[in-house]
Amino acid sequence: MGELLQHLLNAIILGGTYALLGIGLTLIFGIMRVVNFTHGELYAFGAYCMYALVMPLGFNFFASLLIAMALGALLGAFIEIVLLGRLRAADIDTTMLVMIGAWIIMQNTEQLVWSGVALSVRTPFPSEPLVLGPMSVSWGRLYVFVVALLLIAGTYLLVNRTKLGKAMRATFQDRDTAALMGIRIGRIHTATFAIGSALAAAAGALLGPVFVVAPTMGDLAAAKAFAVVILGGLGSVPGATVGGFILALAEELGAGYISSGYRDAMGFVLIILILLFRPTGLFARKERIG
Amino acid sequence: MSRYVFWIIVALLATIPLWVTDYYLLHVAIVTGIFIIAAMSLNLLLGYTGQLSLGHVAFFGIGAYTSALVSLGFSVHIAPEIMVSLAPQPVWVGILCAAVLTGLVGYAIGKLAFRVRGAYFVIVSLSFAEVVRLIALNWVELTQGPMALNSIPALTLGFGGYELSFLRKPQFFYLMLFIAALSYILIARLVNSRAGRAMIALRENESLAMSVGIDVTRSLVLATIVSAAIAGVAGALYTHYIRIVDPNIFLFIYTVTMVIMVVTGGKGTLAGPIVGGVIFGFVPEVLRGMQIRPEAQWIVYGILMIAIVYFLPEGIVPAVRRVLVSRRGKQYAAGFKEPQAENK
Repeated sequence: MGELLQHLLNAIILGGTYALLGIGLTLIFGIMRVVNFTHGELYAFGAYCMYALVMPLGFNFFASLLIAMALGALLGAFIEIVLLGRLRAADIDTTMLVMIGAWIIMQNTEQLVWSGVALSVRTPFPSEPLVLGPMSVSWGRLYVFVVALLLIAGTYLLVNRTKLGKAMRATFQDRDTAALMGIRIGRIHTATFAIGSALAAAAGALLGPVFVVAPTMGDLAAAKAFAVVILGGLGSVPGATVGGFILALAEELGAGYISSGYRDAMGFVLIILILLFRPTGLFARKERIG
Repeated sequence: MSRYVFWIIVALLATIPLWVTDYYLLHVAIVTGIFIIAAMSLNLLLGYTGQLSLGHVAFFGIGAYTSALVSLGFSVHIAPEIMVSLAPQPVWVGILCAAVLTGLVGYAIGKLAFRVRGAYFVIVSLSFAEVVRLIALNWVELTQGPMALNSIPALTLGFGGYELSFLRKPQFFYLMLFIAALSYILIARLVNSRAGRAMIALRENESLAMSVGIDVTRSLVLATIVSAAIAGVAGALYTHYIRIVDPNIFLFIYTVTMVIMVVTGGKGTLAGPIVGGVIFGFVPEVLRGMQIRPEAQWIVYGILMIAIVYFLPEGIVPAVRRVLVSRRGKQYAAGFKEPQAENK
C-alpha cells in the first residue's frame, strides 16, 4: 500500500513537468500547425542557461529560472522569424523538415559548445526529503512541481483572459478570418512560438538541477512531450495537461510493477494503444484524420 | 530514366571495383549504396504515397537484427518454462527471413498507422521506431542489448563444391549493386503499375482518389509492405557487411539521413534517392577530409537540409529535368508543354 501511494505521489510530481512540456508543444501545433522538433532542444537550452547562470556566474537560483525563460522566449522568437517566417503558407511536411534541420543544428551546437560531459547544478534545497507518512518527496522535486503548476495556470490565464490570448484563439479557429479582423497573424505566430519556447526552457531549467544537464537530454524530453500531446490530442491545452499526468502515471506504475527498463517505452506504447482504440485522442474534438 | 540508361549506369557502376583499388573508397561506396537502397524504399512511401514516415529506420534495424539472429542462431525464453531456439542458418536464409518479417511488420504498421494522417502519422511512425529501439536495448536475452551481436557471418553461396564468399569488399560491392538494381526494378514496376498510379492519386488528392473507387488503405498498406521489405533487406545487407549490430542502428539520425537523401534528390522520382544518396553518402567523407569535427558535420547537414527546403523544394532531379525540358522546349519552339514537377 505504501509503495502504491509512493508511486502515485511520484506520478503526480512527474506529471506536472510532463504537462508543462506538452503544453508548449501543443500550443505551437494548435495555432501554427507546426510540429516543433526543436522543442527538446529548447528544453536543453533552458537547462544550460540554468547551469551557466548558477554555476559559473553565481546568479540566484530562482532568478535564473526567470532569465532562462526569457532567453528561451528570445531564442524561440528568433527561430520563428528566421526559419518559419517565410513558410507560413507552406504545408506541414515542409515546416517539419525545416524544424528537423534546426533540431540537428541546435543539438550539435550544444555538443560543440558544452562537449558531451554531463553537468550538475547546485540547488539551494535541503538534501533530506520531506516525509509524509509512508511517502517521501525531495524538496527539489516539490519546488519543480509547484512552479510547473503555476506556469500551467499562467498559460491558461494568458490564453483565456488576455487580449493576446483572444487573438491566439481566433487564429487557432480560423486563420483567414482572424487576419480579416485585423489580427497580425505573423506577430501571433512569433508570440506563440516564443511562449511555447519559454515553457520548454522553463521545464529544462526546472529539471536540469534535478537530473543532470547533457546535450542529448532534449531527445527524451521531446519524446515525452510528443507522447503527452498525442494523448491529449494535438492542439489541446487541457488535453496536454491531463495527458501529462496520464503518461506519468503509466510510467511510474510500469516502471514499478513491470520493468524499469521499459519506463521510457510506456509513452510510445500508450500512443499506439490510443491510436488503436481511439484515434481521435482522448480529448480532441477536432477531426484528426485527413 | 529509360531502360537503356538504367542498364548502362548499372554496367558502369559494375566496373567500379576494377579501377577503385582504395578499399576505403570502396567501403564508402558500399555503405552509400546500402543507404541508397533504404532511401529508395523510403521514397515509395514519402514520394509516391506522400506519407512522411519518420520511423523508417525501424524496418532497416529489424531487418538487420532478424538476419543476424537467424544466421547466428538464438535461444530465448518466451515464458519461464518455454524456450524457443534456432540453430544457426545459412546467411541467405537470414536475409530472406529479414525480408519476410519486415514485410509482415510493414503490414501490421500500415494497418495501424494509416488510421491517422499528417502530423499524427509522423509522430506514430517516430514512436514505433523508438519502441523497437528500446526493445532491442532491453531484451538482452535475444539481442544482447548494448553489448551488441558480434561476429555475424558474411554471406557465402555454394554451388556444388564451388563456394562464393561475399566477405571481401569487391565481392560485396557486386552483391550490393545486384540488390540495389533489383530494388530499383521492383519499385519502378510498382509505381508504373495500377497500384502505383493509385498511390500517386491518393498523394495528390486523397478524397478525390477515394471518390473514384481507390481503396486508399489497401494502396498505402501495399506500399508499406514493399517499402518495409526492401528496407529490411538493406538492413540485413548492412549487418552482414559490418558484421556487428547494436541498438544504435535504430537511431533517429539514420532516418534523417534517408529522408535527406530522398528530399534532396527529389521525392516521387525514381532517380531522386540515388542522386541524393550519392551526394549525402560522399558529403561526410569530403567534410571528414577537411578535418571537421563530427558535430560540425551534422550542423552542415542540418543547414543543407533547411537550404534545400528553401531553395530547391522539389529536389535536384525534377529541377534538372525542368531545365533540360525547357531548353529542349525552346528548340522545338511552341506546342511543347512543360510537365508539372511531380510534387508541387
